[in-house]
Amino acid sequence: MALFRRHPAALAVLALAACDTGPADHQRVAGGDADAGRATVIAEGCGACHTMPGIRGARGTVGPPLEGFAQRGYIAGQFPNEPAELMRWLADPPAVLPGTAMPATGLSAQQQRDVAAFLYAQR
Amino acid sequence: MQSTLHPAGPEATEVALLWWVMFGASVFIMGLVVGLIAWGLTRATGRERFAGMPMIVGLGIVFPVVVITPLIVWSVDITSRVRAAITPAVTVEVVGRQFWWEVRYPGHGIVTANEIRVPVGQPVELVLTTADVIHSLWFPEIAGKLDMIPGRANRMVIQADRAGTFRGQCAEFCGIQHALMALVLVAEPPDAFEDWATAQSQPPPPPEDPFLVWGRDAFLAAGCGTCHAVRGTPAKGTFGPDLSHVGSRVTLGAGVLPNGIGPLAGWIADSQAIKPGNHIPAFNTLDGETLRAVAAWLESLK
Repeated sequence: MALFRRHPAALAVLALAACDTGPADHQRVAGGDADAGRATVIAEGCGACHTMPGIRGARGTVGPPLEGFAQRGYIAGQFPNEPAELMRWLADPPAVLPGTAMPATGLSAQQQRDVAAFLYAQR
Repeated sequence: MQSTLHPAGPEATEVALLWWVMFGASVFIMGLVVGLIAWGLTRATGRERFAGMPMIVGLGIVFPVVVITPLIVWSVDITSRVRAAITPAVTVEVVGRQFWWEVRYPGHGIVTANEIRVPVGQPVELVLTTADVIHSLWFPEIAGKLDMIPGRANRMVIQADRAGTFRGQCAEFCGIQHALMALVLVAEPPDAFEDWATAQSQPPPPPEDPFLVWGRDAFLAAGCGTCHAVRGTPAKGTFGPDLSHVGSRVTLGAGVLPNGIGPLAGWIADSQAIKPGNHIPAFNTLDGETLRAVAAWLESLK
């Protein structure tokens, strides 16, 4: 622990690093697997509309880019960005916002949880 | 993704065997050369009996001729094997276009795109032409590549020995989106193939759901029929892919996206972001709901 006595900043770095191990508590999706969500995003072709870092070919410009989604204040500019709202949105966007261009893609309940976990891992 | 080393057809099997033999021979010769160099550097005195002329003639001329001649004969034989003598079960015309593939089954009256369906275990004749520049069709797991040359019809006979979906791609640089000019070969049991062919040869039934009717009408009103055909509608364009059964295809945009209502909507609204330089303009003038309706109707064209 001599490191921290001599370099107090190292402790701060460690503490910040510890924060980076998962989504914030209010963005935790019960039963959602971010890796499975990533696979679903690729299989469903979400990149046709959304630019996403780290997913090949995901350079769509039709919808908003999803980089840093966890930091986004609102979903579709209207709904607070929290898990319950996000899952409602993913299940059937037009049911929530009839004028939206985003179609319901028929995700299963598990796929919705996984994709939500994936999106909250975009920080 | 795709590999010549996982062959699924008779021709690709021969190519894979040839590759392994060439690989083995290359490794052996490389070892021999490196070994001789090491021996020459460390042990040789220069007065060995086979140094000089015998070495040049033996290892420099006779050995390469003996090794390379059969490999050349073998590889030329594989590439030029006349499989034309086989009576094909199905004939498919494939037209290369910047940057997609038109696929026709003249015997069934089918026009589709970016997807070739074949019955497993039966020889299928491919007649390859191009509408613009030189392309080349290549399914690495099925057969070697063959060019599509303006003014010519090239012919090859392929066969898939097991059911599956095999990725193919353009193997001759053809323009800005050459790299995203892919297609799939779907090999399925003969019964399933016949069911598919029967369904594809019919025009799609007109929509009944009002949302789908709206989508069809918006498609026609937006002028999509200038380039695209949908049988049973006024859309009769031939510049872009026939969309009569687009909802049944595995991919969109020539192997670029998985098929589905979401990717269809994204492709219509701005395919230029996904595949810059392809020939469909971005149709982001439709309002969100209309865009969804068009995508839903296209998805319903199974």
